[in-house]
Amino acid sequence: MTPETIDRIFIIWKHWLLSYAPAGVQPLFSALLSVVPVLAVFPLLFAITTVLERKGLGRIQNRYGPNRVGPYGFFQPIADGVKSLTKEDVVPRTADQAVHFLAPLLLVAAAFLAYAVLPVGRNMVVANLNAGVLFFFAVGSLVELAVFMAGWSSRNKYSLLGAMRAIAQMISYEVPLVLASVVVIMAAGSLSTVTIVNMQASYTGIWPHWFVFTPWGFVGFVLFMIAATAEANRSPFDLPEGESEIVAGYYIEYSGFKFALFFLGEYLGMFATSGMAITLFLGGWAAPFSFLTWVPSYFWFFAKLLVLIAGFIWVRGTLPRLRMDQLMNFAWKFMLPMTLLNIFVAGTWHFMAAGSVRWLVCAVLIFAPSVLLALGLEKGKKKIAARTYRFAE
Amino acid sequence: MLGEGIVKGLAETARNFLGSYVSKDRLTTVQYPEERLPQIEAARNFPFLVYDGEDWQQGMRCVSCLICEKECPPKCISIEKSKDKKLDASGKPQFYPTVFNIDVSVCMSCQICVEVCPFDAIKMDVDFELSTKDRFGDLLWNKERLSKSNEYYREIHPTEAAAVDAQLAEERAKLEAKSKLAAEAKAAAAATVPAQPAVGATAEK
Amino acid sequence: MTIPFLILAAPTIAGIAAAMYLRNLVHCILALTLGFAGLAALYLQLDAQFVGFTQILVYVGAVAILAVFAIMMTRSAGPMAQPVFSSSWIKGGCVAGAVFAVLAWAIYRSATSLKMLPPQPEVAVRQIGDALMHRFVLPLEIMGLLLTAALIGAVLIAMQEKPEMQ
Repeated sequence: MTPETIDRIFIIWKHWLLSYAPAGVQPLFSALLSVVPVLAVFPLLFAITTVLERKGLGRIQNRYGPNRVGPYGFFQPIADGVKSLTKEDVVPRTADQAVHFLAPLLLVAAAFLAYAVLPVGRNMVVANLNAGVLFFFAVGSLVELAVFMAGWSSRNKYSLLGAMRAIAQMISYEVPLVLASVVVIMAAGSLSTVTIVNMQASYTGIWPHWFVFTPWGFVGFVLFMIAATAEANRSPFDLPEGESEIVAGYYIEYSGFKFALFFLGEYLGMFATSGMAITLFLGGWAAPFSFLTWVPSYFWFFAKLLVLIAGFIWVRGTLPRLRMDQLMNFAWKFMLPMTLLNIFVAGTWHFMAAGSVRWLVCAVLIFAPSVLLALGLEKGKKKIAARTYRFAE
Repeated sequence: MLGEGIVKGLAETARNFLGSYVSKDRLTTVQYPEERLPQIEAARNFPFLVYDGEDWQQGMRCVSCLICEKECPPKCISIEKSKDKKLDASGKPQFYPTVFNIDVSVCMSCQICVEVCPFDAIKMDVDFELSTKDRFGDLLWNKERLSKSNEYYREIHPTEAAAVDAQLAEERAKLEAKSKLAAEAKAAAAATVPAQPAVGATAEK
Repeated sequence: MTIPFLILAAPTIAGIAAAMYLRNLVHCILALTLGFAGLAALYLQLDAQFVGFTQILVYVGAVAILAVFAIMMTRSAGPMAQPVFSSSWIKGGCVAGAVFAVLAWAIYRSATSLKMLPPQPEVAVRQIGDALMHRFVLPLEIMGLLLTAALIGAVLIAMQEKPEMQ
C-alpha cells in the first residue's frame, strides 16, 4: 500500500461500503457513513482524555492517579461509564421537567454539530460549508442556551448563579474568540475551513506555511486558545463550576447519565475548539515538515489535537481559578483590545512588502501595546507584600 | 513581565510531572491494600470488650454498669443488664451484660466509652477494615464479636495495656490486702466480741 | 411548497405561536428561540448560508440570551397571573390582520414574486463583503456609529457614579 492509499483509506472504505447501498438511499447512507465515525471517535477520545487528564494531574501533584481498573488504570472510563449509567437519575420535584431534560441533549447536540466543519484529514470533512467558520461559531453559541436551560430549569440558586456566571463568561469570551479567528479569515479570504487548511498545506523548504508562524497568527493563536479555555469552562476559567463556592454550578441538579452528558458535552466542546484552533492556525491535517508528508493526514490532525489537550491539562494543573472581576477585566480590557489590534496588524502585514521589516513592524505593533495593556491591568491592583511560607520549601 | 508568573508555574508543574516518573521519593501515596503504613500505637477506631483469661464469657470485665451506654454521644451502644450475678475474674460476684451491641455504622470513634469505663472493660481497637456487604446483619456487633482477650489488647496498645494491667494489679492487691485486713479484723473482732459487744453494735450503726 | 419547506416551517410557526401563548416567560423565550432557529433553517434551505448562520449566531446565541437575562433581572420568571388573552384582543387581531394583508398584497404585487427567477449562483461571503464595503458602505458606517453611540450610552448608564466627597 502506498502512503496515498493509507491517507485515503477511510474514503476508499466509505466508497466501497457505499457501493453496496441501493441508489435511492445513497445520499442518506453517505451522510450516515460520514457522521457515525465522528460520533464514535470523539467520545472515545473523550474517554481516553478523562483518564489521561486524571493521570496527568496526579503526576503534576506527585500522585499516581487512577491505576486500578485494567492495565495502568486505562479501563477507568469504562468503570466511570457503567457507574454513571446505572446511577439513579434524580430530577428535582420543582424542576421544569421538559427543559431540565432537554438541556443536556442540546448541549451535546451543539457540541457534535461543531465537528461537521472540521477537516480531520485530507478530503475528510463531514460538510464543506461555504461559511464553515461562521457555522462553527453559530453552533458554539447554542451552548450558552443549553447552559441557561440547565441552570434555570433546576430551580436551584447555585445552578442559576452558575448559569449566570457561565453565560456572562461565554458571551465575554466569544467576542475575542471570533475576533481572533478573523485574522485568519482575512488572510485566507474564505470562511471555508477546507480552503483555510489547503492554504496552509504548502511548504517553503521544509517549513510549512502555517498561520501561527506569523506575528499576527501567533498572537491570534494565543488569544484564541485563551478564549477557547474560557469558552470550554476549563481551569483557570472554571468559575461556573466553582466547587468551593457554588458547588458545581449549572449542573448541580443533574445526576447519572445526564451529568455524564454534560461532562461529555464540555469535553467535546473543548476538542472542537481545539480542532478549530488547529484548522485556523496550526495547518489542520498538514504535516509539520515537508519530508513528513507521507504520514497520513488524519494522524497529524489527531496528534496536534492531543498536544493541545495536553496543554489544557497542563494549564489546569498549574493555574488557580480567577476571580469574577479578574475574568471580566481580562476579557474586556486585555483580550478585546488585543484582538482588535491584531486585526489591524494583520492588515498591515497584508499591505507591506515581504521581508524582515514587515516582521519587525508587526512584532513591535503587537508587543508594545500588549505590555501597556498588561500594565493597565496591573495598575488598580493592591500591592500585597510577599508572603513567607513556613512549611513550603 | 507579562505572563512571567504563568511560565514559572508551568515550569514547576512540568518539573513535578517529569520528576514523579524519575524519582519514586516524590510519590508519597501508599498503595493501600498492598502497601500499608506501620500502625501507630495510639491509633483507634472501634471499641472492643476486654476479657481476662481464656474464656470470654467467664473473664469479661464488663459489669454492665451502663455508663458507656449513657455517655455514648451517637448512642450506638445498647446493653441489657443481667438479673443474676456471676463470678468475675477476681472471683467476685458481679452483674454481667446479657446483650452488648455496638453499631459499627453509628460509632464515631470518640473513645468516650473508654474514658468513662471504671472497670477498664472497654478499649479501642485498631482494626479499621470493618466494611461489609451485609448492611443489616453485619454492622451490629454483638457481645461475642466484640470480646477480645487482654493479650490482644497488650499486643495492639502495649504501653497503655501495661499501665492498665499495673493499675488493675495494684487495685486487686489493695483489695486483697483490704479484704485480708478485714478478715483479720473480723477474726480479731470475732475473738473479742464477747468482751466488747457495744463496739460492734455502734460500728454496725 | 415543498416537503422540506413544510417540515421546517411547522416548528417555526409552532415555536412563534408558543411564544405568544405560553404562560411562563422563560418558556416563551425558549419557544421564540425555536422559531429563530427554524427561520435560520429556512434561510439555509434557500442556499443563504451566511444569513442563516448569522441568524443563529445573533438571534439564538445573543438575542435570546439577552432576553432571558432581561427577564431574570427585572422580574420573577414565574407564570403570569393574568390571562393570556387581553380584553382588547379583537382590536389587536384586527391590526395584525391588516398588517398581514398589506404585506401579502405588497409581496404578491411585487415583480419578483411573479416571474420565475433563474437559479442564482450561490452568493459567496466575499460578495457580501464587497457589497457592504463598496455599495452599502454609508449605511454600514451609519449603523456602526449608531451602535457605538448606543454602547457608550449603555456604559454611561451602567457606570458607577464617582462619590462626591474627596
